[in-house]
Amino acid sequence: MMTGNEKIRIRDLHAFYGESHILHGIDLHVMQGELVTLLGRNGSGRSTTLRSIMNMVGRRTGSININGTETLELPAHRVAHLGVGFCPEERGIFASLNVEENLMLPPTVRSDGMSVEEIYEIFPNLLERRFSQGTRLSGGEQQMLAIARILRSGANILLLDEITEGLAPVIVKKLGEVLVELKRRGLTILLVEQNFRFAAPIADRHYVVEHGHIVEEVAKHELEAKTPLLNTLLGV
Amino acid sequence: MASLFDINVFGLFGQLLIGLINGSFYALLSLGLAIIFGLLKIINFAQGALYMLGAFMAWMVLQYFGINYWAALFIVPLAVGLIGVIMERFLLRRISNEDHLYSLLLTFGIALILQGVFTHIFGSSGLSYKIPAELKGGFKLPFMYLPTYRAWIIVVSLLVCGLTWYMIEKTKLGAYLRAGTENPKLMQAFGINVPLIVTLTFGFGVGLAGLGGVLAAPIYSVSPYMGADLLIVVFAIVVIGGMGSIGGAILTGLAMGILEGLTKYFYPEASTTIIFVVMVIVLLLKPSGLFGKEA
Ligand SMILES: Nc1ncnc2c1ncn2[C@@H]1O[C@H](COP(=O)(O)OP(=O)(O)O)[C@@H](O)[C@H]1O
Ligand SMILES: [Mg+2]
Repeated sequence: MMTGNEKIRIRDLHAFYGESHILHGIDLHVMQGELVTLLGRNGSGRSTTLRSIMNMVGRRTGSININGTETLELPAHRVAHLGVGFCPEERGIFASLNVEENLMLPPTVRSDGMSVEEIYEIFPNLLERRFSQGTRLSGGEQQMLAIARILRSGANILLLDEITEGLAPVIVKKLGEVLVELKRRGLTILLVEQNFRFAAPIADRHYVVEHGHIVEEVAKHELEAKTPLLNTLLGV
Repeated sequence: MASLFDINVFGLFGQLLIGLINGSFYALLSLGLAIIFGLLKIINFAQGALYMLGAFMAWMVLQYFGINYWAALFIVPLAVGLIGVIMERFLLRRISNEDHLYSLLLTFGIALILQGVFTHIFGSSGLSYKIPAELKGGFKLPFMYLPTYRAWIIVVSLLVCGLTWYMIEKTKLGAYLRAGTENPKLMQAFGINVPLIVTLTFGFGVGLAGLGGVLAAPIYSVSPYMGADLLIVVFAIVVIGGMGSIGGAILTGLAMGILEGLTKYFYPEASTTIIFVVMVIVLLLKPSGLFGKEA
C-alpha cells in the first residue's frame, strides 16, 4: 500500500548493466519532506539505485513508485515530469553550453520551481559567471549549477549523487545550508553520500547499501547507538 | 599554367565564382552530415542520394504536377526531410544500439537503392531543369559576368547555413541539440524527449540535402549519380573540418570550394585532387580535423 505522502517507494529492485547484475532486490522509501541518504562503500550500488530511478541503466525489474505512479515501464524522459530532479555523480555540466544555458536546459516539470533571480541569490557565483562555458567553472561552482538547474525545473523530489565529493570545506558547508533550506521548503531528497559527517546532522534516515542490497536502515535517533555498526559497514 | 604576372582577371573571378558555388553545395551537405553525426553519431552515406532525390523531386513535381521552382524550393526539402524522419524512425532507430557500422551500412544500402531505382526509371544520362524565369540573366560586374541564378545559389545557401548555425548555437532548441550531442542520457533524465529530437534532427539534416538538390537542378544535370560524386568530396571536407563543429562544417565547405576554384585557375591539372591532398595533410597534422575537438 502506498500512503499519501510517500514520494518514492522502491520494491525488490534489480538492475543490470548488460549482463552484470548490480542491484539485488533493493527496498526503500522516502516520505514527503524527508532527507534520506544512501550510504555505502564505493561500488556498492548507490549510484546505480539513483540511475535506476531515472531509467538510465540497462534493465530493471521490481517496482519503482514515484509520487503514486509506477515508473518501471515509463520511457526515461517521462520520469522527470513526475517532479524528479537528478544530479549525477559526474555533475553532467554541458561543455557546449554556457552557465545560463545549462541552468535553463532542463524543462519545467512543475510550475512552482525557483525563479532564476532566486537561484542567483542563493548561488551568486553563478550570476557572475553566467556567460562562461559551463565546464570552465570550478568544481564547487559546477556542483552548485548542477543542483540549481534542477531546482529551477521545479522538481520537488531530488536525487543527489555525492554532491560534496572533492569540494573544499567552505563549499561543503554552503551545500549543507542549501539542503537544510530545501528541506525546510518541503522538498524530498534522496542523497548518496560518502561523507557521513556531512550527512548525519541533516538527514532524517540512512540506508546502508552493500553489494546491491540494503543491509541496514538507521533513523536519526538511532544514530548514536548504531555509530559503531555504521563505522564497520562503511569501513571508516 | 598562368604565371602570377599575367593573371586573367576574368578567368580568375570566373573560377572563384564556380568555386564559391561548389562550396555552397559542399557547405549545405557537410552541414547536414555534421548535424546528423553530432546527435546520432552516424555518418549518413545516403546524404548524396537524398540530394539527388531532391533534384529529381523538383524535376518530377514540375513535370507531373506543374509545381514550379519556387514551390518546390519549400516542398521538396520538406518531403526529403519527411523521408529522413521515416528512415530514422523505422530503420535507423531499430539498430541504434548496435555498432555504428550497421547504421553506416544501412545508409549506404539506401543510397545504392535510390540510385538504382532512379537509374532504372530515368536512365543515367541526366535530365534538364530550366532556370526559373525570374532568375534568368545576370549582372555585368566590372571584372566579370555574374549569372543571376549562380548568385541566387550562393545567397540561399549562405542564408540557410547561417540560419542553421544561429539556431544551433544561439537558441534553446539548439541548446537541446548541443547538449544532446554531449550527453543524451542525462537530457532524457531531465525530461527531454531525446528520441524525438533525434528523429527531427535527422529529418532536418537530410532536408538540407534535399534543398541542395533543388538548388542544383537548374545548373547541373539531374542524374542518379550526381549525389554520389559530390558526396565523396563532401566526406573529404568533413574529414578536413572535423565532425565536431557546425560552423566548421560550413566554413570548410566554402573554403574548399574556393580552393578548388583557385586551383582550377592556377593549376587545373590538380583541381580534382586538391581537396584530397588537403585531407591527407590535415589527417597527418591534426587527425581530428581543423575544427574538431582533440580526442
Ligand atoms: N555503466 C556500467 N556498466 C557496468 N557496470 C557498472 C556501470 N556502472 C557501475 N557499474 C558497476 O556497478 C557497481 C555499482 O556501481 P555504483 O552504483 O556506481 O556504486 P556506488 O555509487 O555505490 O559507488 C560497481 O561494481 C560498478 O563497477
Ligand atoms: Mg556512485
